[in-house]
Amino acid sequence: MKVGLFIPCYVDQFYPKVAVATLELLEKLDCEVVFPLNQTCCGQPMANSGFASLSEGCDKNFVANFGEVDYIVSPSGSCVLHVKEHLHDQDEIKASHIRRHIYELTEFIVDVLKVENITASFPYKVGMHISCHGQRGLHLSSMSELSAPAFSKPAYLLNRVKGLQLSEPKRVDECCGFGGTFCVFEEAVSVKMGKDRITEHALNEVEYITGVDVSCLMHLEGILKRQGSKVKTIHIAEILNSH
Amino acid sequence: MNPKNFNRLFFEPIQGATLSHSEAAEIFNKDEARTDWHDETLWFVREKRDKAVRQISEWEQLRTLGSDIKDHTLSNLDNYLTEFEKNAQANGIKIHWAIDAEEHNEIILRIIREQKVHQVVKSKSMLTEECHLNDFLSQRGVEVVDTDLGERIVQFRNEPPSHIVLPAIHLKKQDVSETFHEHLGTEKGNNDPQYLTEAARQHLREKFIKSQLAITGVNFAIASTGGFVVCTNEGNADMGAHAAKIHIACMGIEKIIPKAEHLGVFLRLLARSATGQPITTYSSHFHQPRAGQQMHIIIVDNGRTKQLGRPDFRSSLKCIRCAACFNTCPVYRRSGGHSYHTAVAGPIGSILNPNLDMKANADLPFASTLCGSCSNVCPVKIDIHVQLYKWRQELVSEGYTATGKKVAMKGMAFVLSHPSIYRIAGKMGRWMMRAFPFIMNNKSINPWYKQRDMPEAPKQSFRDWYKKNKQ
Ligand code: SF4
Repeated sequence: MKVGLFIPCYVDQFYPKVAVATLELLEKLDCEVVFPLNQTCCGQPMANSGFASLSEGCDKNFVANFGEVDYIVSPSGSCVLHVKEHLHDQDEIKASHIRRHIYELTEFIVDVLKVENITASFPYKVGMHISCHGQRGLHLSSMSELSAPAFSKPAYLLNRVKGLQLSEPKRVDECCGFGGTFCVFEEAVSVKMGKDRITEHALNEVEYITGVDVSCLMHLEGILKRQGSKVKTIHIAEILNSH
Repeated sequence: MNPKNFNRLFFEPIQGATLSHSEAAEIFNKDEARTDWHDETLWFVREKRDKAVRQISEWEQLRTLGSDIKDHTLSNLDNYLTEFEKNAQANGIKIHWAIDAEEHNEIILRIIREQKVHQVVKSKSMLTEECHLNDFLSQRGVEVVDTDLGERIVQFRNEPPSHIVLPAIHLKKQDVSETFHEHLGTEKGNNDPQYLTEAARQHLREKFIKSQLAITGVNFAIASTGGFVVCTNEGNADMGAHAAKIHIACMGIEKIIPKAEHLGVFLRLLARSATGQPITTYSSHFHQPRAGQQMHIIIVDNGRTKQLGRPDFRSSLKCIRCAACFNTCPVYRRSGGHSYHTAVAGPIGSILNPNLDMKANADLPFASTLCGSCSNVCPVKIDIHVQLYKWRQELVSEGYTATGKKVAMKGMAFVLSHPSIYRIAGKMGRWMMRAFPFIMNNKSINPWYKQRDMPEAPKQSFRDWYKKNKQ
């Protein structure tokens, strides 16, 4: 099974450790992983700003890089959702293959690889941040608004990590306020939303906040650091790849 | 550069004279304790809603039913409206059609003048807010008294409602006490809700008794019977309509439902979604004028047919105005209804208002993280967050965007379509800084850095690591 690793541009530049952890984890789980070197971005920053019309070149490049692999996997629910919902190209056969075979990391591990045991060990108190696009878009977990049975793919995996104590904030799935360019358009509300998430996690005395989206974690990390907090953020791939 | 100017250049769609949502929200957030209070008050309503919907196992089916009935009705709106008109007229109700807010207001003024009415009471109707009826009438010397408690409070304060179900939710009891002290002569500093409510009751009772004409909204108009239903918790619509010799009910064309039996779906959806009640305290059915009374219904378009003609946005007309999307919205709860500078605020307002005026409301679809919680609570399954995204595309393609942003986005699109340029740009470590404004280490012009630290730049990118270690 050939897996193309899609690493969003800001992860490539600022969080290479998340990309390395994702790659190593997938290899541990017996996947043949390739990282197409000419990849750039999914085009979401433009599309969410109202400039989806400019994303043609970006889409074309995405198809050129990922049209040939069996699956595309990424440590970012938000980017995956964007590709799933909006990727189009002159080569619609390839574009549709990509749309149907792109997965966020944890859903790939749970739904495609059907992994039941995780060998990782992470003896810390960890708070789960549910990222909206992964949850409400990709259905990685149940949603508090709906009257439906509870489930969570990320928590399913984290609960198999040795020593890890998982906790949920009081409002289990409220948005952290990152929201792409929202974080700068609407700076005041964005930061307030992030602070409120952090306050709830702090009440649980967590040592780490984890999630499936680097962007949300980057936003929370920025606030935590400014507050001088001891709480750290860590991407779920880094936990699942720890030993 | 002043951060405001920077923001305008790059991030803010073109605005009129009013503050944009983000500017108003920034002011709202200056008082953090009050923001917390506002957030928690509305979250409490959201939680009540959660409990209420979990009490009935068929909730999600009910939502699907509600959504389907509304879809069907919107596709056959012309037929249902004329059926409603015919049946209502047969019941002795006078039907008026208004193409826009102005015509709606003129019709009411004409009735008031013809009937030589001086005292008007009005129960809550978001349509009359949308049409700015109060201002229109008061400029023409007609006093309208809002009889919903929350609406009366904001009316005293000369403010618009900040929420479509809880109009004065932005006010604390201390604020209400001060307002009542000023307008009703209640004891200064007495914040007891019961005392204040009693004062309002006495005040309103007198208005009800003296009123000659009562205006109400309409929650549901039933095509097959020609009757309509008004839902309130205070009974003020009934007090008004029963005391006055003229009753005018105002409705948007989308308030129609085909049959009376559909109320069994919508009344349940509405009350649970709005306040977590199984049913509103008063669900009043009006079918015909009583002896000696006149009953009018004004059916208003005001942009609705235009929205119906927009394939991406027509389903916004399914809205039953429950405000569940307000209560769940993390942005609404932390910015308050007035930041939306429109009669209908919140997520639904942000997809309805650009239809009425794109230029003035170009900021609203951006006042969201697109988290999607609104679409999940919506009892008629409007895909609100998808429409927010689509309005952004629409606004940009119609040219309602700042030049700086357009230039920045074009630059970004160019780099991202050319891997070799992207790589060089990345290596220089400069491109990201320009493309993503949050990576500028400058507190005064960079909105990211104001209250957040930057991510630390690592020694090598993943790409470099991969080339070194895996190739
Ligand atoms: S859009 Fe849906 S949730 Fe919002 S007010 Fe309308 S019916 Fe209620």
